[in-house]
Amino acid sequence: MERDVGGVLIVDDEFSVRDSLLNWFRKDGYRTGVAQDAKEALARLEEASWDVVLLDIKMPGMDGLELQRRIHDVEPDLPVIMITAFASVESAVQALKEGAFDYVTKPIDPDDLSHLVRRAVERRRLQRENVQLRRSVEHLATPTTIIGASPQMSKVLELVMSVAETDTTVLIRGESGTGKELIAQTIHANSRRRYFPIVPVNCGAVPESLLESELFGHEKGAFTGAQYRRKGKLEMADGGTLFLDEVGTISPQMQVNLLRVIETKEFTRLGGTKPVKVDFRVLCATNQDLEQLTKEGKFREDLYFRINVVSISLPPLRDRREDIPLLAQHLLAKYAQEMNRPFTGFESAAMDLLVRYNWPGNVRELANAVERALVVGKAPTIHADDLPVRVNENSGHSVGDSLADVEKAQIQLILERTHGNVTRAAEILKIDRVTLYNKIKKFGLRN
Amino acid sequence: MPGIDIVPIYFADREEMLRRLGALLERDFETSVRYRNPWFDPEGSFDSSRGQYNSTTVLKQLLDDPQEPASRTLGVTSVDLFTPVLTYVFGEAQLGGRAAVVSLHRLRSDVYGLPPDEALLFERLHKEAVHELGHTFGLLHCRSIGCVMRASAYAEDIELKTAGFCEMCRSVLRRAGGVSERT
Repeated sequence: MERDVGGVLIVDDEFSVRDSLLNWFRKDGYRTGVAQDAKEALARLEEASWDVVLLDIKMPGMDGLELQRRIHDVEPDLPVIMITAFASVESAVQALKEGAFDYVTKPIDPDDLSHLVRRAVERRRLQRENVQLRRSVEHLATPTTIIGASPQMSKVLELVMSVAETDTTVLIRGESGTGKELIAQTIHANSRRRYFPIVPVNCGAVPESLLESELFGHEKGAFTGAQYRRKGKLEMADGGTLFLDEVGTISPQMQVNLLRVIETKEFTRLGGTKPVKVDFRVLCATNQDLEQLTKEGKFREDLYFRINVVSISLPPLRDRREDIPLLAQHLLAKYAQEMNRPFTGFESAAMDLLVRYNWPGNVRELANAVERALVVGKAPTIHADDLPVRVNENSGHSVGDSLADVEKAQIQLILERTHGNVTRAAEILKIDRVTLYNKIKKFGLRN
Repeated sequence: MPGIDIVPIYFADREEMLRRLGALLERDFETSVRYRNPWFDPEGSFDSSRGQYNSTTVLKQLLDDPQEPASRTLGVTSVDLFTPVLTYVFGEAQLGGRAAVVSLHRLRSDVYGLPPDEALLFERLHKEAVHELGHTFGLLHCRSIGCVMRASAYAEDIELKTAGFCEMCRSVLRRAGGVSERT
């Protein structure tokens, strides 16, 4: 005997039809709900989740067709089966065109009805399963967000692909925001371990006192507050990849413990006595100078050699400026879709600023700048004004030291931002228009 | 109070079949059976536009009992039953309620152009009667092949199941008082 094989919402203004269908589906084990009109149906849809809606096409007030549109506005994948009298088959066909799962004509053959609803519920279940699977395997797909056509990035990607299939420990280096985690994900996604998880641990973000428990897990009663046995990240990464971000920040004691685990692939939970065997690959990342830390005795040399089998250095964004337009356009498309904002591109002055800016925060900073521009800007194009002030102010104009050089650079910047609108530029510069014309002429600036 | 009232509705010429059914139901549900004539006008459930009898109306008529009713009331009829939205039904029951009705009409082989088969007809009637009474004990349709609570859309489907309950359905039936603990 099966229970709650799915939820069926029955919408019909005739009591006898609702009652008849309700009894029929309840006996089949479906969770059932009824509504006598569109208003009630919308209320039922808010109260609970349904797998299929049986909808009478002819109802007083809002009819079945309109209600179907409303339902699909909110839940586009919810199957709707239209119930129609012989006379309203044309409307039923219209309903199909507008996305109904199917339609049935009253009176309905009981076998047809059972099959139809079972099929609709099955489709709904598969759709949900599909979404869940997609979410759970997202990390399996090669991240498509590594953007870059510059020679530096091409070299990095080549190295990533060549180490991915091996089980080698990799040290990923680069300034903050250069995409070290993305590189780790790409290595994992292309490795034989891709069907197992990649478990990231931000060593710098976890207090030292908690890092041990975070990594090794603990037994019940291992310390005050340890009410249950808890698996650590090492166990979670079994079969997959352990990604240790900011590895340069871990304490000397943890370095010893970590080295032992990496070498033996065996550890003991806090408060435990039984050794636990694990099988994972280690990827590390740092923005620190590990060689210097080693020299200073702050980072163990043996651990350094253990994790630095292959080293991948990510170039800062300022060293691969040719990638900026590609990256910016990619980020724009991504955020435009996420935020449902109809942006299509950058005006040339804005792109010029992006390319000239130094990006100390690298790709992360660029992403933030583009996201912000999409929020404050007016579609479809991002203008220079939409970019953060720091980008506008520090975009690397070659400005001399003299007052005249600074004045010329400022006028040029404002003219670019106002797309050559002298009146607006004069307002911003707080000088009159004639003076601005004279200065444009004097400095040989093109209007 | 008897366990099951059996009420023949347009079933006059099948007295022997009714008695045999009653005897089996006494055994199946470990209870006594009483035979009663309808206390209502069966034509009240007739729908002239469809030429069939509305099973939901029949259930209402069975429930509107002037006497002290039995624990369950089963209408047995030879006429064709329908519900307002379905073309036909073999029977109908109140889920977790008191009344059920079962029709012989679409269980007959000759309705499908095959030679009449009285033994098969009785076997089908028995299974459908147990099935509908099962619903009155709160049993839902069961996916187990062979369980009497398996849904049957066509008469031939009924041959796939037995007249008995699967273990899971039987345990629900036991809890609902449909059969005793020892079975």
